[in-house]
Amino acid sequence: MLTKRIIPCLDVKNGRTVKGVNFLDLRDAGDPVELGATYANDMADELVFLDITATLEKRKTLVDLVDRVSAVVNIPFTVGGGIATVEDVSALLNAGADKVTINSSAVKDPVLIDRLAKEFGSQCIVVAVDTKYLGQEDIVHTHGGSQPTEVRTLNWVKEIESRGAGEIMLTSMDHDGTKQGFANKLTAKVSEMVNIPVIASGGGGKKEHFKSVFEEGKADAALAASIFHFNEIPIIELKQYLSEKGITTRL
Amino acid sequence: MKLCIIKYNAGNVKSVANALERLGVHAIVSDEPETIKSADRVIFPGVGEASTAMDYLQSNGLDKLIPELTQPFLGICLGLQLMCNHSKENDTKCLGIFDIEVTRFEPTMKVPHMGWNVIEDLKGPLMTYLPERPYMYFVHSYFAEVGSDTIATANYSTKFSAALHKDNFYAVQAHPEKSSDTGSKILENFLKLEI
Repeated sequence: MLTKRIIPCLDVKNGRTVKGVNFLDLRDAGDPVELGATYANDMADELVFLDITATLEKRKTLVDLVDRVSAVVNIPFTVGGGIATVEDVSALLNAGADKVTINSSAVKDPVLIDRLAKEFGSQCIVVAVDTKYLGQEDIVHTHGGSQPTEVRTLNWVKEIESRGAGEIMLTSMDHDGTKQGFANKLTAKVSEMVNIPVIASGGGGKKEHFKSVFEEGKADAALAASIFHFNEIPIIELKQYLSEKGITTRL
Repeated sequence: MKLCIIKYNAGNVKSVANALERLGVHAIVSDEPETIKSADRVIFPGVGEASTAMDYLQSNGLDKLIPELTQPFLGICLGLQLMCNHSKENDTKCLGIFDIEVTRFEPTMKVPHMGWNVIEDLKGPLMTYLPERPYMYFVHSYFAEVGSDTIATANYSTKFSAALHKDNFYAVQAHPEKSSDTGSKILENFLKLEI
């Protein structure tokens, strides 16, 4: 049986892991390669590295990071952060990344999804959707969730799928950073609308939240950052808990 | 040991090369017939679409060369599918090493079949010294049916071949290079095969 996946997310700035809440008060948390390898040993199912560097050297440092991660990590990993062109993706996949995640650039130019899926295959194209409830409905946001768009989230996820994305990473800005649980209702809606895997992100603070995002939210995978970095919930412990509750995980 | 990874237009080979490097084997990546023929071990990876990959193999004559190789040979993911008779992915005639049809998962299931799944019914030297009910990392939308060459199965709404073996030819559907210790063990078993 296909297992539910637990995915730690590492924010990377200038080649170092940073920890912080909502991108504020960032602290150096060491070498992302070492941290990634530790998570892999602790039974993480995949890793996500999000580059939040804002310099011109960005792509070079990210490619260098992927190269180093690929040498030591023996589970799949995804990279993202400012990826906007076929050349960006090509450089990252050739350096050993398994998947890339695109966000703002896909909203700005949806055809990018078609181009990337055709060039590299759907399986390595993850589209990240940052969503926030505004007034009456869920609306896609870009630039780290800071800028609202005109795009309705439930329309956008269908479009992403039809353009050839292999996976959707759905982050609820209403839940992100709260540790009050994932956006189960919205995640379930999205998961039922599309026929590709959905990674739920934002709000995971307790083991129970992961159970409910898999059961009620119908997510295929759940992503979290700080609770794993600060070792509030060791990954193995979380997976053992889920197994006891009847949710299949790799142990 | 001289190990050659076949280079073709189907995904990057860096992860496979790195996994072998961790086992102390430096792989050569090549599409040169002579280099492939003279290797002690050949790995045939692949991610992508079947007909495009077959076109490339045909343009280099590799479609003729591969079935005639005699050293231990390991196909991975799309590599496994291309070693079968035929794929329903764009109605593609494949290499015909395994007398098996490659078909697509049911439309009721999420595709790709992506993530960690158990492999079972393990047989033979490639699948030895593994944990009980080991997990491997899969990413694929098409699968090889179960046949007499099947040496491992997995289940995703339907039972399919997770690994195949015939003579010197071995193949795995999941990615050993991404399947943690289980995958590493399978690669190690492959390096130790005696034929």
